[in-house]
Amino acid sequence: MIALLRRDLRLATRAGGGFGLGLVFFLIVVVLVPFGVGPQTAILSQIASGILWVAALLAALLSLDRIFALDHEDGALALLATAPIPLEMVGVAKAVAHWLTTGLPLSIAAPVLGVLLQLQPSAYVFVAATLFLGTPALSMIGTFGAALTVGIRRGGLLLSLLVLPLYVPTLIFGAEAVRRGAQGLDAVTPLLMLAGITAGSFALLPFATAAVLRINLR
Amino acid sequence: MLAGLSFDVAAGQALILRGPNGIGKTTLLRVLAGLQDPVAGTIDFPRDECAYASHADGIKSALTVQENLAFWADVYRNPVPATIWDQFDLASLRERFAGTLSAGQKRRVGLARLGVIGRKVLFLDEPTVSLDGFSVKLFSSFIRDVHLAAGGIAIIATHIDLGLDGAATLDLTPYAADKNSASSDSDEAFL
Repeated sequence: MIALLRRDLRLATRAGGGFGLGLVFFLIVVVLVPFGVGPQTAILSQIASGILWVAALLAALLSLDRIFALDHEDGALALLATAPIPLEMVGVAKAVAHWLTTGLPLSIAAPVLGVLLQLQPSAYVFVAATLFLGTPALSMIGTFGAALTVGIRRGGLLLSLLVLPLYVPTLIFGAEAVRRGAQGLDAVTPLLMLAGITAGSFALLPFATAAVLRINLR
Repeated sequence: MLAGLSFDVAAGQALILRGPNGIGKTTLLRVLAGLQDPVAGTIDFPRDECAYASHADGIKSALTVQENLAFWADVYRNPVPATIWDQFDLASLRERFAGTLSAGQKRRVGLARLGVIGRKVLFLDEPTVSLDGFSVKLFSSFIRDVHLAAGGIAIIATHIDLGLDGAATLDLTPYAADKNSASSDSDEAFL
């Protein structure tokens, strides 16, 4: 499993691996929003946490279809299925690799880019913390979606449609925790819910991922 | 696809599968490797001893030849044997990115994977596609002198003569099932 994780990270950082894709997309959205909304700082600081979360979610969505599609195309997925790694662990390794290349850089970049959106100073730590807690769930849910659509050519549209509704709870609790934290309210409940979604998806979805991979590989 | 088929292969033996395109050679190999379930019948051998190689090599073009083989060695928890580079004539290609190799060279890397993972039972689907005559000889001497000599088993679907002495040949043509009968009871009908 560690071997697969290392290989995926190496592939992601090599030329054409798509490592910077999500991060650059995130940057573009956050930079463009003030131009679209206008320079009123009051409005910007009110919507900042929501914008950061929506942009992070879409950035994570952008690279989902690569998770299994490339391995399926060159036959590596069938070989992995007969390898001594259980398919469940293949799913986990893929999700962790996706998170390390998108979710983690996003959680680090988000507070920095919050400056552009007039994010309240009290919210910085909450933006980083919620993205850090929530983006692993986005990667795991996305890995499951990618496994569902693996055999389909240009499955990206179907994948987005399948995955977006599953992303909604993460988005709601993530943005809510930031909003509450920024206003000095108690943010523990949404943070716990967020952590619960991440823990739950890593506990259950690897099995679902392995099951749909087995069906798709037949 | 196939019905009434039954065979056994002893250690150190190779079995060559023959038959026209579409007869079910690939399906049979995939069923044996556990990628598909048989509609009926049983397969009796330790599953954790087998490896499967299809038309696609699973070689990553953004990794070097060395990195590609090291990855599979790591997955199967084996060291990369030092002899592998000569067995498949890859010594000069070690540091090249797999994306820059020709189809035949890539195929050799894909076959070298079999030597790296160290499994006893190999299911090979058209292993010699896009190989030149010299590489085919390299491959058959690997199967004969390294793999089978060590007590391994190879089941190979191929259309050419590999020159494996003493290998049994199985022609699948007589076992072709009636196309309409089998598919209706498999659960694929529900999908």
